[in-house]
Amino acid sequence: MKPIETQKEYQDYVDKKSPNSPILKNCFNAFWVGGLICSIGQIIFNYCKYRGLELQISNTIVSIILIGISAFLTGLNLFNKIGKFAGAGSLVPITGFANSIVSPAMEYKSEGYVMGVGGKMFTVAGPVLVFGISASIIVGIIYLIFNTQTITLV
Amino acid sequence: MEFFQSIDWMMMLRCFIVGGLICVIGQILIDKTKLTPARILVIFVTTGAILGGLGIYQHLIDFAGCGATVPLTGFGNALAKGAIEEVSKSGLVGAFIGGTKAAAGGIAAAIFFGYIASLISKPKMKKQ
Amino acid sequence: MIKKGKQTVMFETPPTIAQTACIVGPKEADGPLAKYFDKCLEDEFWGESSWEKAESKIIKETVNTVIAKSGLSNEAIDYCFAGDLLNQCISSSFGLRELNIPFLGIFGACSTFVEALCLASVFLEGGAGQNALCAASSHFCSAEKQFRFPLELGNQRPPTSQWTVTGSGAAIVSKAGNGPYITHMTVGKIVDMGIKDANNMGAAMAPAALDTLVTHFQDTGRTPNYYDAILTGDLGYIGREILTELAETKGYNIKPNYNDCGVLIFDKEKQDTHSGGSGCACCASVFSGYLYKLLQDKKYKKILLIATGALTNSTTSQQGESIPGIAHAVSIEL
Repeated sequence: MKPIETQKEYQDYVDKKSPNSPILKNCFNAFWVGGLICSIGQIIFNYCKYRGLELQISNTIVSIILIGISAFLTGLNLFNKIGKFAGAGSLVPITGFANSIVSPAMEYKSEGYVMGVGGKMFTVAGPVLVFGISASIIVGIIYLIFNTQTITLV
Repeated sequence: MEFFQSIDWMMMLRCFIVGGLICVIGQILIDKTKLTPARILVIFVTTGAILGGLGIYQHLIDFAGCGATVPLTGFGNALAKGAIEEVSKSGLVGAFIGGTKAAAGGIAAAIFFGYIASLISKPKMKKQ
Repeated sequence: MIKKGKQTVMFETPPTIAQTACIVGPKEADGPLAKYFDKCLEDEFWGESSWEKAESKIIKETVNTVIAKSGLSNEAIDYCFAGDLLNQCISSSFGLRELNIPFLGIFGACSTFVEALCLASVFLEGGAGQNALCAASSHFCSAEKQFRFPLELGNQRPPTSQWTVTGSGAAIVSKAGNGPYITHMTVGKIVDMGIKDANNMGAAMAPAALDTLVTHFQDTGRTPNYYDAILTGDLGYIGREILTELAETKGYNIKPNYNDCGVLIFDKEKQDTHSGGSGCACCASVFSGYLYKLLQDKKYKKILLIATGALTNSTTSQQGESIPGIAHAVSIEL
């Protein structure tokens, strides 16, 4: 092997030396766990529909129940094990959003309930709300502009 | 029993597959790009909001139900759709109300359950 | 003491490592070196209300243990050099605030323990005292909290990531004694080869270890086979492989007698620690427990201990900075 002199050479060498994540296995696990979580949501949704609830309310109930389950599992110290196994399968559904709020809340409990739990709760999930809500406002404004000219995108 | 008969099993299958595939996209992003979980979630919610704003995401929801609404892209879509609905009702101010209103249940639940969990539970070390 | 070459100091009346002690957490207790540690904890809180407090307690109790084992009184110890990974080194300063020994807090990331040995040796050789205490600690949970994510977050650890060792190691260095002696020290330079992946610390630190290793051989005129064992602090599996290959390109074959403390402390397959252990306590506890025992039993007579550190924090990594590495070496001989 030739001696390594530059940062670029070293980066390439390290990339070659570092093992990759087992992507096929990870994707398979993400697929079936993610699918399963969505299916649980679908069953709850069907039940709401069966009980004659409105569409939007049903969707909200699905979210709340899945968030509740996720928070419960996080509190039981189980969610990180599921997350380690399923990766994006439990991160991408709304369960991952809930976990990313509950886990810092638990973590920073030692800094008190106000500045610890209250202040640090959104260290991971905060950006989701910032970008999600900002995007929705922009979408709303764009819609307003186009709509007043009676051009609808929807 | 009557409830189980009311379930559309084909819909359930489509929900499983679409939900799973959206997660696979996330997994590929994690493994290939070294993005942190927070960034992955931001990408999904923003993508959902854009696709929702363009009215594309609704087709996926019609096709796969919760397979499209439960992933965070669905959360983004709900935000965008809420903003659009509120804008058509009350104009500009609706852009600021609609999104958060549509997602209020989820956000409030996450905050509330998060607080409760921190009251009753302590983090533990992963054995693995 | 005599300065040799660029970065190495030879001690003419080499100080002795008179006693060591270490306390480790539950995961380390499941590892292959468990029987060498003075105490293994049942849980990572050790009766405290936070991980920071637990880490402070670990370093405090480790220091108390080493003092008790040495038979010295606190008054007989002139200096304490200690450090850890938490912001402003609070584990050591809070843990050791009741010690009543003149205290010098140091930070060298995971190289802290050897940095402490270096400083203690120079102080004693320079005539500033008779005994000095060196200690370092780290805690998996407090390190994850500070550097990465909340413990309960359901994320996956990439295969290049390393597992911060929970525990602490402490040593008493004395001016007079029967060895093992600290005969040389090579103080390392900061080396940054542009690695930005905070989940691949071994690769970030390996160039620094290489620099110190090569400089040590050049300065002392020694070759790798002079030592019974060459040990790095926490390069892990990936860093170990990189260092072995890079050393070969520089003309030093360290393969036969080289290993890494981060590789030794965990069972990679059974404990799922990916690339191995890391943290201040990795080198400190493996040396204080395992290596010191082997030196006492005369299984090893000459070792070169190179502790490696990644000089990064969560702010610099969020700002997209690369990770500078550091490595300090001490020759410990009978």
